[in-house]
Amino acid sequence: MVERSLLRRVTAGLVPAIPYLWLGVLFLVPFLIVLKISLSDPAVAQPPYKPVFEWGDIAGFFGALDLENFELLTQDDLYFRATLSSVRIAAFSTLLLLLVGFPIAYGMARAPERVRSLLVALVILPFWTSFLIRIYAWVAILKPEGLLTQALTGLGLIAQPLDILNTETAVYIGIVYAYLPFMVLPLYATLEKMDDTLLEAALDLGSPPWRSFWTITVPLAMPGIVAGSLLCFIPAVGEFVIPDLLGGSETLMIGRQLWSEFFSNRDWPLASAVAILLLIILVVPIVIYRDVEARRVEGRP
Amino acid sequence: MNRRLSLFNVTSLVIGFAFLYLPILLLVIYSFNASRLVTVWGGFSTHWYGALFRNEALLEAAWVTLRIALLSATLATVLGTLAALALTRYGRFPGRTLFTGMVYAPMVMPEVITGLSLLLFFVAVDLDRGFWTITLAHTTLTMCFVTVVVQSRLMTFDRSLEEAAMDLGAPPLRTFFSVTLPLIAPSIVAGFLLAFTLSMDDLVIASFNAGPGATTLPIKIYSQVRLGLSPEVNAASAILIGIVTLGVIGATLLSKRSVLRSRRTAH
Repeated sequence: MVERSLLRRVTAGLVPAIPYLWLGVLFLVPFLIVLKISLSDPAVAQPPYKPVFEWGDIAGFFGALDLENFELLTQDDLYFRATLSSVRIAAFSTLLLLLVGFPIAYGMARAPERVRSLLVALVILPFWTSFLIRIYAWVAILKPEGLLTQALTGLGLIAQPLDILNTETAVYIGIVYAYLPFMVLPLYATLEKMDDTLLEAALDLGSPPWRSFWTITVPLAMPGIVAGSLLCFIPAVGEFVIPDLLGGSETLMIGRQLWSEFFSNRDWPLASAVAILLLIILVVPIVIYRDVEARRVEGRP
Repeated sequence: MNRRLSLFNVTSLVIGFAFLYLPILLLVIYSFNASRLVTVWGGFSTHWYGALFRNEALLEAAWVTLRIALLSATLATVLGTLAALALTRYGRFPGRTLFTGMVYAPMVMPEVITGLSLLLFFVAVDLDRGFWTITLAHTTLTMCFVTVVVQSRLMTFDRSLEEAAMDLGAPPLRTFFSVTLPLIAPSIVAGFLLAFTLSMDDLVIASFNAGPGATTLPIKIYSQVRLGLSPEVNAASAILIGIVTLGVIGATLLSKRSVLRSRRTAH
């Protein structure tokens, strides 16, 4: 009997222990390694960095670390510009996503109840199809001789081919397209629960619709607006595929910089330093997001 | 409640859904294009599908991707379900804050960071890059999504059923397998499918962790796209879209049926 209850307690303990251990080893430890390598020197070797950790040589370990890579990041204004333009592009895309997503989410929330679950499924469905393929589809549309130019010249709206591909505009279109479900779904979730009688009351009291919208709908939708914006902003800052396929060589983004440091320049320590930089930019939004999400899932107020 | 769609609502829905679906639709249509030029219509043809099935490098990559997706989604489903149980049934265990942090962070973390950090880890522990490193990386990422899906089901779940089973003398493991598991099964299936598609789809993390021996389909497609548009990629994309559409329709029908069945038993 004693043996059985011990066994039971061990099994019970395993439930949190196994995923905890997995994430600890494959999520937390890798981060510490990135941090460590960002502080070490590059080497022409395989792997291309100097190992700075020897067991038992703690003093030597700390002695070998330096901020050289980070100094390099501050000296070359390429990284500064890339950081700035990533944040700018992500922030502006998030704003666009709100502008595009809100009317869709609002329309979904006002649709008859039996169509609503179908509409939700229709928003989710593109998310299940490959991200890469959805971005690839836009290459064919936005190219100078592409489908958009063909359609618009066919309609007689433009005479010259549109030159959108490989510009920042194409990146905005790509981000809005790819992230739209992440914006629409949290917005819909809050708008769907909204009490319509509030709007009716405001209308009865003589408030014009735009005013009711700003004073009632927007504040009530705030949790959805915050969740959706963070869900789009955070990954957009580090986006690689969209600027790479749609943005052309001029679009600077930090995720792309990391990729080229790693794959083209094979400077792993510098790539790690860029990763740490990206993480520093994102740590505050990620913490807020985690809080919002934990509150939403666990239903705490 | 009197909810009516205004003209504005209908317009925004129509434009919104057209925006979401038109590019995919165009891609599928142009996969049947006879012309080698991707954006010039040259008549209907299934030529590129034939070419696709004779492209052995692409088929090989598809097979690797499928195996990685199946294995990593299975592992992620087990780990994610355990994590969801830990978060909903264990109250405040030591290190819970760190644990929730580790569950939520990978979902929003830019993929370049996750990919790079895992690669550096695999190099540090001297694991050869290839099939297994991609599988481990995908498991780590996708288990977090499974956790959230299963967790939201466990939150809305009637605990009195479990308590009744325990009162009747069922040991915890038995209670789990005969009461809890069947009830949360739909969310576990949904979590598995989500993990599977995320793994099939991933380019960035796979690129960092792929070795010479294992190239996945997204890596292959990406390198082709960089060289220029190709009708073969259109055909491959159309097939993937078709599989996903069938899968989603199937899953919807299945869940409809299970909802109907549970409603019938409830009455």
